[in-house]
Amino acid sequence: MEEKRPFDGLKVLDFTWGGVGPFQANFLAYYGAMVVRIESAARPDVTRQGGNVNPHVLAKFAEELKDPKKRLEFGPAFAVTHPVKKYGMSLNLNNPKAVEVFKQLAKWADVFVESFTTGTLERKGLGWEDLKKINPRLIMHRTCGYGHTGSMASQPGYGQTVTSLTGFYTITGWPDRLPVPISSFYTDHLSPLFGGLALMAAIDYQQRTGKGQCIDQSQIESGINYLSPLVLDYSANQRDLALRGNSSPCAAPHGAYRCQGNDRWVAITVQTDQEWESFCKVVGNPPWTKDVKFGTLTGRIKNSEDLDKYVNKWTEKHTAEQVMTMMQKEGVAAGVVATAQDSEADPQLAAYDFFHEIEHPYLGKQKFFHPPAFTLSDAKAEVHQPVQLGEHTEYICKDVLGIPAVEYDRMKKEGVFD
Amino acid sequence: MLSSYRILDLTNEKGFLCGKALGDFGADVIKVEKPGGEPDRNKAPFYHDIADPEKSLYWFAFNANKRSITLDIETADGREILKKLVKTADAVIESFAPGYMDKIGLGYAVLSEINPKIILTSISGFGQKGPYRDYNDRDLAVWALSGYMYITGEPDRPPLAPSYPHAHLIGAMNGAIGTMVALAQRRLTGHGQTVDASSHQGLCFAISIETKLPWALQKINVSREGRERMKIFCKDGVVKIPLLWQCKDGSIAFFFWVGPNFIKHNESLVAWIKASGVDPGLLGTWDWAKEGWNKYTMEEVKQIRATLETFFMKHTKMELHDGAMEYRIQLTPVLAPKDLLEFPLFKERNFWREIEHPELGTKITYPGGFVKPGVGDCGVRFRAPLIGEHNEAIFKDEMKMSTEDMVNLKQRRII
Repeated sequence: MEEKRPFDGLKVLDFTWGGVGPFQANFLAYYGAMVVRIESAARPDVTRQGGNVNPHVLAKFAEELKDPKKRLEFGPAFAVTHPVKKYGMSLNLNNPKAVEVFKQLAKWADVFVESFTTGTLERKGLGWEDLKKINPRLIMHRTCGYGHTGSMASQPGYGQTVTSLTGFYTITGWPDRLPVPISSFYTDHLSPLFGGLALMAAIDYQQRTGKGQCIDQSQIESGINYLSPLVLDYSANQRDLALRGNSSPCAAPHGAYRCQGNDRWVAITVQTDQEWESFCKVVGNPPWTKDVKFGTLTGRIKNSEDLDKYVNKWTEKHTAEQVMTMMQKEGVAAGVVATAQDSEADPQLAAYDFFHEIEHPYLGKQKFFHPPAFTLSDAKAEVHQPVQLGEHTEYICKDVLGIPAVEYDRMKKEGVFD
Repeated sequence: MLSSYRILDLTNEKGFLCGKALGDFGADVIKVEKPGGEPDRNKAPFYHDIADPEKSLYWFAFNANKRSITLDIETADGREILKKLVKTADAVIESFAPGYMDKIGLGYAVLSEINPKIILTSISGFGQKGPYRDYNDRDLAVWALSGYMYITGEPDRPPLAPSYPHAHLIGAMNGAIGTMVALAQRRLTGHGQTVDASSHQGLCFAISIETKLPWALQKINVSREGRERMKIFCKDGVVKIPLLWQCKDGSIAFFFWVGPNFIKHNESLVAWIKASGVDPGLLGTWDWAKEGWNKYTMEEVKQIRATLETFFMKHTKMELHDGAMEYRIQLTPVLAPKDLLEFPLFKERNFWREIEHPELGTKITYPGGFVKPGVGDCGVRFRAPLIGEHNEAIFKDEMKMSTEDMVNLKQRRII
């Protein structure tokens, strides 16, 4: 029997969009909070739009897709950003009555999470100064690209450009070429971990003291916190990070090695002498492993180019999975350079039900709903199909806010919920 | 905000950031090190390149806001001291090989017997269960299995890992959040539990939209594209354009969106290109409200790309930054740590912190807090501890250990 869930009773108002804000609110939704998600069909979330839908699916739902509102339920990125139970509420804040409903929700909520640029909410009379008068114990958690003060506060920030101001675009590359990005919107997935932690610290504080607050998260400042050693290296030693391709100053072999098959690779890293001995054993102790120049770590690093040639000659006779298994059996760190296809079949991820399968309202059974990357012994993360835009508007208005039916119908006619 | 909590931090480099992030909100984090110091104090870079366990900048970065005691928890006496500390702690965080805590008699069953409210957070590359549980989880192995390596780098070369490895930071942060969720549940139930955080899962989550969706929906394996991370669907085929573009003195990030949300944005971009004396070519005649990329042929998209390249190469990255602010364009300079320290916004927001290192006779600049809270502070308040710097404060002042006992334990290399 499951006992009380971590966020039982917590009321959350979620007015986030895109890829950072939702992840932060999700941590609460996985674990029992009641999260009301505000959206508007007039300005739909980018993750509800476009992208990646299989043409067969599109053909099957040709009728639904003609309805621009229904079309928004097909955005698959939304399913990844919302694998949790939320209540969908639709509000068109261009209507002053919608702003009033919003204020009622802000009064109801313990926590308000939003991800717009500075000024967006203020212009509607929904800034922190306004809301704290309505609900002094409210936590308002604000995340945006560049923070809510300073000259860039009103600039919209997308992951692609935000990452550029963190240093993350300068840490990967071959020495003879320009640095390359790790991913197209990398910090969008790293800053929510800091933002989520801040959110939970504030909730903890609120539960103990009854006090609310406003949190200002600049996604670039969160991003830079992952790169602190490089900042210190520059500030103390005036050193820029040297791009080294796959070579390492503390390991050799170290890198991606070619395996059997088309574009198949395994990553291997050998650091200690003990790991080197185990590595040599796995490759069958051929004469080159006895070469004195590979006898010490310093020697292996110095001659890593030669070493890599030998390693590649051995690995290319095996599959990446075989190399990983053989190496790991002897305690050598190795991993398949996994494609998305590999990950879907990864037995380790399966052990954690990482590709949780559920029925998507339109896309059929899908396996892209993930639990968080931590597992609690006494609380299961509840993974859920994504909420539809405005799915629970009537319920929230009538049952949660106590708006009379006549009033609700009138507002509906006036476009408050568009 | 978290100053009422005490965390015992037994982690190595895989978990340093977990305690540090909690300490940034004021939690009392006690680093429990092996006598002689935590081995991962030997991780580069070092202050003035002097390899010394008291001079690792990596250690400084992720162990600030912690206190340190030395304790050999592999000895019976050491374990007893740790157990006493567990009585007054809220959480123990560790990143040993899975199963190690049980092996040395400090598993969750033992700890919760001493203090039923204790939370045990374990951080590892792959997790505390499953077929990879006992795998050697060095950064590169985790990074490769996460999927990021396959999509990073150039199409004509092997997959590429960052020169600044950081896979385990993701597991550590998930450990910090998991600990907070467990604390939230403890408030309702009165007892602690275990938290199992994995860097592998954290990275797989992070990459999901970019690679796992195209696979799930269209059976496409996203591969390495160098800097050319934007696919353009033209009239006669698909062509790629960069996310990162070269300019006069480095690179900028510019992701060329077209669509209803970007009409004004793109009109403004054209005005900027014209104002800087570059012929906008096809961009000048584009009707942004009505036309998409599919109006153009692959050859025409190449011309558009050339126009942008000419425009960017005319300017430095900071000139482009200033222009982007003025014209409200989604374009940002690609900054290295050096550039970050000079970037105006961080000065405006008072982001950087100068932290005193009396032993080095200097101050070092640290990144500021990862958020600005309304209550209390977030960020580095004091430098990382020296080896066993707080032995006296904890063992003697708090635990009332006699001087004799302390000397005895020291001689036996237990503290």
